[in-house]
Amino acid sequence: MTDLTKLTIAEAREGLKNKDYTSTELTEAFLGNIEQANGALNAYVAVTADKARQMAKASDDKLAKGEGGALEGIPLGIKDLFGTEGVHTQACSHILDGFKPAYESTVTANLWADGAVMLGKLNMDEFAMGSSNETSYYGDVINPWRKKGSNQDLVPGGSSGGSAAAVAARMCMGATATDTGGSIRQPAAFTGTVGIKPTYGRCSRWGVVAFASSLDQAGPIAHTVRDSAILLKSMASVDPKDTTSVDIEVPDYEAAIGKSVKGLKIGIPAEYRLDGMPGEIDELWQQGIAWLKDAGAEIVDIAMPHTKYALPAYYIVAPAEASSNLARYDGVRYGLRVPGKDIVEMYENTRAEGFGDEVKRRILIGTYVLSAGYYDAYYLKAQKVRTLIKRDFDLAWQNGVDAILTPATPSAAFGVADQDLHSDPVKMYLNDIFTVTVNMAGLPGISVPAGLSSEGLPLGLQLIGKPFDESTLFQVGQVIEDAAGSFEPEKWWG
Amino acid sequence: MSVDTATVKRVARLARIKVSEDEATRMTGELNAILGFVEQLDEVNIDGVEPMTSVVETTMKKRADGVTDGNKAADITKNAPASEDNFFMVPKVVE
Repeated sequence: MTDLTKLTIAEAREGLKNKDYTSTELTEAFLGNIEQANGALNAYVAVTADKARQMAKASDDKLAKGEGGALEGIPLGIKDLFGTEGVHTQACSHILDGFKPAYESTVTANLWADGAVMLGKLNMDEFAMGSSNETSYYGDVINPWRKKGSNQDLVPGGSSGGSAAAVAARMCMGATATDTGGSIRQPAAFTGTVGIKPTYGRCSRWGVVAFASSLDQAGPIAHTVRDSAILLKSMASVDPKDTTSVDIEVPDYEAAIGKSVKGLKIGIPAEYRLDGMPGEIDELWQQGIAWLKDAGAEIVDIAMPHTKYALPAYYIVAPAEASSNLARYDGVRYGLRVPGKDIVEMYENTRAEGFGDEVKRRILIGTYVLSAGYYDAYYLKAQKVRTLIKRDFDLAWQNGVDAILTPATPSAAFGVADQDLHSDPVKMYLNDIFTVTVNMAGLPGISVPAGLSSEGLPLGLQLIGKPFDESTLFQVGQVIEDAAGSFEPEKWWG
Repeated sequence: MSVDTATVKRVARLARIKVSEDEATRMTGELNAILGFVEQLDEVNIDGVEPMTSVVETTMKKRADGVTDGNKAADITKNAPASEDNFFMVPKVVE
């Protein structure tokens, strides 16, 4: 019998419809893989096996009658940031100990309405703050990929490290993720998977634990460009419960896949070529350019002079918004409470014990830049710099550019507990240098696996699109996928 | 701009996070690394630039000022570390 966990969502959709197998069989296969792999990889923080079986059974009943939604019977993993009714929802923080919401986030509700099956909740950096999935209260996620001939544990990237690792190791067919500065695209690049952050306002933020509200967006991680298009179609919606949800109908993203890119104008920004960047990242980029040229796209050089200011501006905007959003964790309404001699000491003790170091660092930076007298010098200035970053992109679109091609990350996956990266917080932040511009401008960006490093680790290319033009990213992304092929880690776990 | 340990302690107090002397010293260095990094923005000319508010031109959504939800006090207090009769319980605040 074929290994059901090796199927893509598109293939399983056909197989379920044709009754080649049932959702129950599919779900059991993934639960088996989770059981076998989770001890080594730590991708799941809660496995909802009973719920998964119930949902699979309900899907099978529908499928037997020839009914069912776009994702009927497809088993998915859900990042711990999404509110799931009655199920572990803690943003992988100690401060939300035991929290089980009485509501369902709009994104996950959309998936369940389309028939998807929930396997469990996925590990992540605490409150989505991190680029290596080493800030989770539930421990590090381990990348299923290893360097050739090495036993060293590598990080899966972050903050959606559990989502990326679970997809790469076949512990779910696809996963939900979120991206505030690169948290979908960087882990996708580190694990040989596809990840798309849609335009700000495309997926509802309702019921998703907030980090930086003007930057946060949900999106999928999956094996193929087509699978990510299928998932995004279901996750995205116009939601009256989120005032930043934009009133634009969700198109059929799959319709864009397979369309020729002949005549499309692809912009190449020289500012994404960094000093000291490994040569193989540049080679990968040149390879991507060559593939798109061969497919008939027109390659044009573009200027993005404000690129280098995106990351510093991000480290004002994101902590400022986080310090405000995380003020709600006070030991009163949910989660952890650590007693004190009075209510203020109770707040201080709770937050000291409940938050990890990276979260504390960002709350303090945010509190500082928003404190009396500093608002204009920091937050307001950073928001003005955002306008300039967005203007760089607007100029490219005005000049007829259809999408922009860049590397996804400045390196391949690095080792767990890397001393150099942990010696200085800014070094870790530099992981997001190519992805963060996209969040600052609110644009859609997709990371597509494009090759392996000399050490045998996956590398990704990023495509950046016009607002609400995710379709073009899927169209161009498919061309890269067709040229590059797919990448599967060698199984060493379980 | 850089911060000293006294400022870090003051900000931690504002953020309601207890920090020990050692933590405050360590965080002073880390915060200064981050503040030093964001100083690059001083190079950018932002004269006459409006702060960014949205990705695409949008008008703020409005709705009728009516009650659309409610009567779920038990749901809301369910996750509280301490509650009684649908009230949140906290240490004594007024003498």
